[in-house]
This record gives sequence, C-alpha cells and structure tokens, in this order.
Amino acid sequence: MNKQLSMKKEKKKLNLNFGPQHPAAHGVLRLILELDGEIVEKADPHIGLLHRGTEKLIENKTYMQAVPYFDRLDYVAPMNQEHAFALALEKILKIQVPIRAQFIRVMFSEIGRILSHILNVTTQALDVGALTPSLWGFEERETLMTFYERVSGSRLHANYFRAGGVHKDLPRGLDDDIYKFTKKFPKVINDLETLLTDNRIFKQRNVDIGVVSKEDALDYSFSGVMLRGSGVPWDLRKSQPYDCYDQMEFRIPIGKNGDCYDRYLCRIEEMKESVKIINQCLDKMPKGLIKTDDGKISPPPKDEIKESMEALIHHFKLFSEGYRVDKSEIYTAVEAPKGEFGVYLVSDGSNKPYKCKIRAPGFSHLQAMDYLIKGHMLADVPAVLGSLDIVFGEIDR
Amino acid sequence: MDTLKNLEKKINSELTTKINGSRIEYNQLFLNIDSEDLLDVVLFLKTNKDTKFRQLIDITATDYPENTKRFKMTYLFLSHEFNQRIIINYLINENEIVSTLTKIFPSSNWMEREVFDMYGVKFKDHPDLRRILTDYGFEGHPLRKDFPLTGHNEVRYSEDKKKVVYENVKLEQNYRNFDYESPWEGTKYINEQTTINEKRKEKTKS
Repeated sequence: MNKQLSMKKEKKKLNLNFGPQHPAAHGVLRLILELDGEIVEKADPHIGLLHRGTEKLIENKTYMQAVPYFDRLDYVAPMNQEHAFALALEKILKIQVPIRAQFIRVMFSEIGRILSHILNVTTQALDVGALTPSLWGFEERETLMTFYERVSGSRLHANYFRAGGVHKDLPRGLDDDIYKFTKKFPKVINDLETLLTDNRIFKQRNVDIGVVSKEDALDYSFSGVMLRGSGVPWDLRKSQPYDCYDQMEFRIPIGKNGDCYDRYLCRIEEMKESVKIINQCLDKMPKGLIKTDDGKISPPPKDEIKESMEALIHHFKLFSEGYRVDKSEIYTAVEAPKGEFGVYLVSDGSNKPYKCKIRAPGFSHLQAMDYLIKGHMLADVPAVLGSLDIVFGEIDR
Repeated sequence: MDTLKNLEKKINSELTTKINGSRIEYNQLFLNIDSEDLLDVVLFLKTNKDTKFRQLIDITATDYPENTKRFKMTYLFLSHEFNQRIIINYLINENEIVSTLTKIFPSSNWMEREVFDMYGVKFKDHPDLRRILTDYGFEGHPLRKDFPLTGHNEVRYSEDKKKVVYENVKLEQNYRNFDYESPWEGTKYINEQTTINEKRKEKTKS
C-alpha cells in the first residue's frame, strides 16, 4: 500500500513528438514537447525539413535568376520577398524606379499582405476549431491570386518585381477588377469578424494565451505583428518608408496585451488598412514607364528586339550574362506580412551575388516557441503556433 | 542620437580602442572591431541611452577561402528609438572560437546555431550548439565556398529495404558553370574533359 502511494507521488514526464506531419504544425515543423501531465514544460522545435539551400543556390545564379527563389520563401505572399531583393539591388546599382512601377509594387505588396493575413487568421481559427472562416477566406484568396496570375502569369511564383521596376505593365481591365475587389472585400472582413471577434470559444482559446511583454518582444527579435501586438509602434512602411509608401495614408494598429487574440485583431485591422492603400494606389497611379529605361539593366521591349540590333544584343547579354553589380555590402528590409524581411547582399563586382543572407521574420518568432509555450496546456500549442504566423518556406530557406 | 554621423562620432569617442574603423553607406553604419571586443561593444550599444540598439536583427558570416582570416562575421542591429541600423563586422580564422551573444540577446541562440551549421564557426559558452537547418547526421558546412552546390548525398525511398536510403550523389550531367568573363574560351569542364580524352587517346595509341 505504502509502495503504491509513493509511486504516485513521483513525477512522470512525457515526451511528445508533435509533427512533422501534423495539420496544425503549419507545414513541416517537428516539435518535441516535454509534458508534465497536460502542462508543457519545454518545447524544442526541430526545423530544416524544408531546407532547400536557397542561399547557396542564389550564390550560383545571376541576379536576375535569383528572383524566383524569393517567391519560394514565404509562398503565401511571394511578391513581398521579391521587393526586398529588388530594393537592395536598386540601392547598389543606384537606379531610380519610375513612379508607376513604385505604385504597382506597393499595390501588389499590399495584396500580398492581405493574402498572407487571410491565410493566417482563418487557419488560426481552424486550429482552435472554427472551420467556416477558412472556407470564406480562401474564396477571397483565390480572387487575389487571379490578380497575381493576370499580372505575372503565375498564381504563386510570380517573378514579377525586378531590379528597376516590374516585369510588365498591368493588363487592360485589371485595375477595374482590383477596384471592384476593394469595394467588396471590407464586407468579407466584417463577416469574418462576426464569426470570430466576439466568438466565445475563439476568445477562450486565444485571450491571455502566449502573452509577450514589450521587453521580451524586443529581446527575441520579434517584428511585424508579433511586435505590434505587444504594443511597440513599429512598422518599416512608416519608419523607413520605401518606394511610395511615404505618399500613402494609413494607420498602424497596435495591440495592448500581447496575446494571441491581440495579434489576431492586429491582422484584421491591417487588412482593412491594406485595402485603403490599394485604393490610394489605384487613384494616384500615373501613366508612364514600369521599369527603368537603362538598357544595361532592364531588357528592351519585344517589338524593339525585332528591329534593332542593339536591342537584340542587350536582350541576349541580359538573359545570358546578366548585369554586373559593383562590389558592395548592403542590408535592406521590407515590412513583409510576417514581419521584417531582410536581404543582406554582398556583391563582388561579378554577375552573381557573392553572398545573399535572407533574414526571415518567422525564424526568430519560432525560436521563441519555448518561451511562449512554457507553462501552457498542450491544447494551447496549436493556438500559439497559429498566432506566430509561421511558414516553413521562409524559416527553412 | 539624431543622425548617423553623430552616432559614429559618439561610438568612436566612447569606444576608441575597440573600433578599428567605421563608415556610413546606404544610411547604415558599418563598424569593424576585433572578435575579443564583441561582447563589450554589443553591450554598450544595447544599454547606452544614446544608442539603444535593442534589437538584434541577424547574425551571419561570409566565407573568403583565399584569406588567412577566412570568415567575416556580420551582426545586424536595429534601434527602434532612433530609427537607425548598425552593422558590426570582424574577421576570424577558420578554427577560431567566438563568444556567444545569448546572454545579451536570447534571440541570438538560433542565429548562432545557423552560422555554426552553415559555416562551422564555433561559439564559446553557447547553451545548445546543434545543427539547425541541415539533416540529422549531416556532415560538412554547406555555405562554405568549397562545399559543392550539389552536395554529397542524395536520399530516396528504397522499395527493397522498405526505408529511405542515403546514397552518393550521381549526376546525369556535369554541373554547368558558364564562364562569362571570357565566353569565347569555353567553359572549364569542357576543356578538362577534352584534355582527359586526348590523354586517353594518346595512351591507347602508344
């Protein structure tokens, strides 16, 4: 009898292997959890299951060939990544981007932001048990991806933002359709909110879960919504504006408590602001060039190739050798939907980058998983993971 | 500090002996230091009220195999308060062990693990220096310039053994690395291949 009692008092720890094939792991995350009953004592994320060696591949490609690799990082919002790379190159090459190209890029960056936030908000809801939001949200994502397809020819891997501008001008009628979308979309956000914002179950699962203080958010290198949810007013679009963001009017939503629920609210508000930015882009967009007219950097138009020998040579040289970039070292960051996405580029004067380090926001967010989940229940793991907004394309690179 | 120039002056006057050089490019401040001074410099930048670089953005390295000090370490910092960026560089030997930042910035944990994984740079007193992105049991450091692009191993599912097996990489075609500097001389591997073939012919003749 005594023996049995003493046996009960001993703490039994359970190791649980969560993923890599788990729908709530948002891709290929393997999470080793150390449990005491239902309380998580330690979380050790094992990442790298989607590692494709992007940085190594980029070192072996010309600058133009490197662009498509950026689509494959955060494949939920492809163009935002290309933006960082294009900006880095433009700074080194010292080229001016035509105004129209800037507006197109900002507009599609915001479309990317909506794409990413819809996915995150609805799958976060899915993780805690709500199915309908994802069905409603994905319908809108489909519309947005057709915009991607119409402008770049591809729904996901756009390869659209090039150094010096964008690849092609908007096709006829696209601006009208985007305008129609911006009129219709706020209602969809409201519908999503009626399902989630005051939903008792959704709140029970998210309020006061995964709380991050201001100080810790800074120490753990959080950025984007993870930082703003904790009450730090920081957005690169406002503080270090790139392209034509300084001409846009928009507000930055800030959270108060730093929990999963606040981060959800921030994302919803950001979508509303993105719609405003897209509208302003459509209103203010001037006519004109969509890429720099420097023939050494951007390829000549197709009909010119058929008549001008020089254009043909430029075209051939650009797509075989590419352009050379002076020896330099630069870090450029953009406010991607998930946070600060940066490119640290080292060029050596040749036509290939010597080094291209990609700073993915999700990497540092996932790193804090152990700190976020310690002391929470096992059922909170998917809720916290969902609010981190992780995509393995960019974390594993 | 209001401008980067003032910041540069301030840092140079406060940390005179520790800064080997500084320059401002593309609106960010680059500092060159010695590897021993890293902790002091970073702690100063983080805590001083005029700098307040509260956030570590990233840690990375660049490989220059031809140099004696092979790796250039790079640390990126951001100050929200003053809206400034700073980049710290220092050079190290291949086998040098550098100090970890995990005590100052907890987020440096994974970043240093990544540098260790990709370049093989070791960090002193790091709490958990394991590989992070590569496979379990991986050998070599992929981002070193002498690591081949195609890698050494490939994996496939073997129907006979009913499990995933590791094999040496077999390429159907040589990796083509075009030489754009002198396009008319042809690529290296073709030259190598033709000389090998000629030698073989000569051998068979003799």
